[in-house]
Amino acid sequence: MSNKDTVGKTIKVALALCIVCSVLVSAAAVILKPAQEANVQEDRQRNILAAAGLLEAGVPVSEQFANITARAVDLDTGAFIDNVDADGFDQLAAAKDPAQSDRLDAETDTAKIGRRENVGLVYIVGDASEPETVIIPVRGAGLWGQMYGFLALESDIQTIAGIGFYEHKETPGLGGEVDNPRWKALWPGKAAFRGEEVAIEVIKGSVDRESPTAAYKVDGLSGATLTTRGVSNLVQFWLGDSGYGPFLSSLKAGEA
Amino acid sequence: MSELKKTLTDPIFNNNPIGLQILGICSALAVTSSLSVSLVMCIALTSVVAFSNLFISLIRSTIPNNIRIIVQMIIIASLVIVVDQVLKAVAYEISKQLSVFVGLIITNCIVMGRAEAFAMKNPPFESFVDGLGNGLGYSVVLLTVGFIRELFGAGTLFGIEVLPLVTEGGWYNPNGLLLLPPSAFFIIGLLIWALRAWKTDQVEQPEFKLAAHQVAREGA
Repeated sequence: MSNKDTVGKTIKVALALCIVCSVLVSAAAVILKPAQEANVQEDRQRNILAAAGLLEAGVPVSEQFANITARAVDLDTGAFIDNVDADGFDQLAAAKDPAQSDRLDAETDTAKIGRRENVGLVYIVGDASEPETVIIPVRGAGLWGQMYGFLALESDIQTIAGIGFYEHKETPGLGGEVDNPRWKALWPGKAAFRGEEVAIEVIKGSVDRESPTAAYKVDGLSGATLTTRGVSNLVQFWLGDSGYGPFLSSLKAGEA
Repeated sequence: MSELKKTLTDPIFNNNPIGLQILGICSALAVTSSLSVSLVMCIALTSVVAFSNLFISLIRSTIPNNIRIIVQMIIIASLVIVVDQVLKAVAYEISKQLSVFVGLIITNCIVMGRAEAFAMKNPPFESFVDGLGNGLGYSVVLLTVGFIRELFGAGTLFGIEVLPLVTEGGWYNPNGLLLLPPSAFFIIGLLIWALRAWKTDQVEQPEFKLAAHQVAREGA
């Protein structure tokens, strides 16, 4: 063999290659970072708009989002927190951080999320004192994994304006139908609360339109009982006392 | 046919990396449930194979023999990271759907296979063309599988409705199995069958013959 196999040559080639490759990789990461961050931001805003049913095709997402403000909320008391930068706050990261979240016991944890963060985000469409729509992030276990989405409520904090999931692992064609626009269209107009209680649920099968409780019920997805149950549980959890319940009731009372 | 043209076109049907060499099956199962995702994966893989072949071939005479696999891996891994970063910047939606599979191009046997089998022994331009050819061979299979799966599984092509679904008020009842990974196995199996029925020289000789069943006889 030629002398390219000497120890010195081997080390030299390895070093040179590592330097060239690391410069290439770090350059790509640094140069492309702004574009990537803008994409992540736009993706999140698009999900929020889509959940609220506000997304219009053809209009830039950032323009549509101009009317929406993110606010941080103390989930236990339901009051707005002003010393948290809501735009930079990562709620899902907070949920994993023991300092910023609490472990839920099995009884409370109906959505099977494990830990719940102390501070949550809400997105308010329009003026903060007179919101047109309030959007809250929701998540919980489906059949194959956690489902992440947003739920939007009308200004009366009673009528549901829309729901949408931006990440889930449900079976395509069955549980994956949570993305079906026709199923999502069943949600707007449904009533979330009966008195103080969370009443909205996703039932197995179809809702009897004549029933007096039809306004609180949404058709289940056929062939996807566990996904249906998961959606029902997670919506109830995040609207309930352990979720955004305290915030929503103080908002309803006009005290937030 | 010139040698160069052969290098480019041979891997498409005569020496297809998926069809004949049965390499790169894993990603072919995972990313083919929609055509646009398959297309981006094809572009990503083709550019990685072509450029890794090019760079490895450029320095092939200086690569010390005992660390050559590591050198190849470093070049391939760097290229894959760059491709992944570019996708996240320009095609965020699709990069989300491809998730880990772009990163897994590093372990795709096609890339390593071409680097070791071709780029280490041939000049840069030929190696680049060989990478392109193998990328195209992979792409042909991926796009065919993606076409079948998306059309019959979701009734769409590139996300545009072709067969109106029953759930959307149309007439087509989609085959949900096609959206699950096992269906890609069946389709790739059928494609390989079709390819070998067409080009019979690709049929492998059986390594052993099954003997006819013999009934054990007492006293025999």
